[in-house]
Amino acid sequence: MSEATKPVVKDVTTMAAPVSLKYRARAGKDLSRFLRGMKERRIVGRVCPSCNYVYVPPRGACPTCGCPMGEERVLPETGTITTFCIVNIPFEGQKLKPPYVCASVLLDGADVALFHLVGGCDVNEVRMGMRVRAEWVDEADAELSLETIRYFVPTGEPDRPLAQIREHI
Amino acid sequence: MSAFNTSREEIAIVSFVELSPAEASQLDEIETIQTIVSRATDGAGIARDRIGFTVSGSCDMLVGRPFSWIMAMDGAGVSKPIEESHVEMDGAWALYEAWVRLQHGDIDAALIYSFGANAAEDLMQVLALQLDPYYLAPTGINAAEVAALQASAMLAAGATERQFAEVAVRAGLASSVEAALAEPYTNRPLRASDLPRFSDGAVAMVIARGDYARSVCARPAWIQSMAHIADSHSLGVRDLSKAPSLEKAARLAGVGEKPTDLVEVHAPFGPQEVLAIEALRAAGLHGTAALNPSGGTRAAQSVMVAGLAAIGRAATAIHRGEASRTVGHASSGPALQHNLIAVLEERS
Repeated sequence: MSEATKPVVKDVTTMAAPVSLKYRARAGKDLSRFLRGMKERRIVGRVCPSCNYVYVPPRGACPTCGCPMGEERVLPETGTITTFCIVNIPFEGQKLKPPYVCASVLLDGADVALFHLVGGCDVNEVRMGMRVRAEWVDEADAELSLETIRYFVPTGEPDRPLAQIREHI
Repeated sequence: MSAFNTSREEIAIVSFVELSPAEASQLDEIETIQTIVSRATDGAGIARDRIGFTVSGSCDMLVGRPFSWIMAMDGAGVSKPIEESHVEMDGAWALYEAWVRLQHGDIDAALIYSFGANAAEDLMQVLALQLDPYYLAPTGINAAEVAALQASAMLAAGATERQFAEVAVRAGLASSVEAALAEPYTNRPLRASDLPRFSDGAVAMVIARGDYARSVCARPAWIQSMAHIADSHSLGVRDLSKAPSLEKAARLAGVGEKPTDLVEVHAPFGPQEVLAIEALRAAGLHGTAALNPSGGTRAAQSVMVAGLAAIGRAATAIHRGEASRTVGHASSGPALQHNLIAVLEERS
């Protein structure tokens, strides 16, 4: 076969192989307690009986001690932003219009930060140490979901010094 | 037996626990790991600080959540940093890694755990994703259909449906051979009693060296040897009526060198048990060799757990003084593609 009559074969560099799978997730005992709390618009954490760390959301075991969690503790809806980022990029499934803020919120009395959104202020006002409180959805809209907290909003209190939250960042 | 597959250090399985499907189905992954790890260590008098290596086996596709095994690790108590590893495979391969690690001789014990909470609606479809992604997976063939192809190849090579039915009876999945043969086909030539009964589950195991093993366990199950071999990933180039990698692994592990009291085989589908036993016999398996006295892994089978469970049950028989030499088998991949053999012994 001469060069001129040789069929042109392009390299195959990609192929589509879509996969669709359905799952039924199981929350487990501890997360179930937390989610039921959400439906009642309460934030439920648990305390490690060994190191006394307060985890929220509670988890099946203390990652430090490896023991089951101890007593339940209802936490206040106020806290401090330990760290945050401003989301400027749009992506599929996004609920808020960019720019918006994702933050780690250390609830008062908790030892680990809760990851959530910050609203109610300009993104440029958000800072580490800022005091915030949960903005709940209406009682009728409360679900077995962290989204029962719409986002956290500034309380207007003075910032907490970084030295006080440093070990929780 | 190959020198490479023999324990260079004295290493034994000293603790093994299984979570019942009923209990496992109530817990999330962290709770599951916390429960089994504390039972296999604290519950067996093994101090956590003697464990120098932790390794787990699981598959994130089962729960459909990326890095689920990292979240699950919280249950093992990991924040004081531990030396840790994971295989995206049955826990039997985590055991293999731990066994290799212990041969360095610098740590006393290793913890192995494995969990499988099947959150997928169609597990047969999830399992098919382990097929080659270019030629096989896009056809949409599922795991039961692959097993049916294998069973057909076995029948063509001389096996009988009666043999498959006998496995179903032994596993408690059919009341009699006749009853099994009277069932309609689900994936010809497979019937319902040839298919796995998937369940949630988890197991944990501790292996330890020499004197430390003797100090925490009255009758350690010494790992004489371990070997694992894989056949081709492509079903098309294999003779599915045979399990050559299983036979080769059994030879490397020296299965036939002494009489065996008990064999625990991990065969996800019934006909594969026939194939596995044939391969073990071809590799020299002899002795009284009770086959799957635990009922095997088929009646309640947790994916990624069942292989380590088979080996753990072979160890438990030695712990209890019911056997002095046992063989545990684990399989991975489609149609018994990848096989691991552990030979366990009692020593006075």
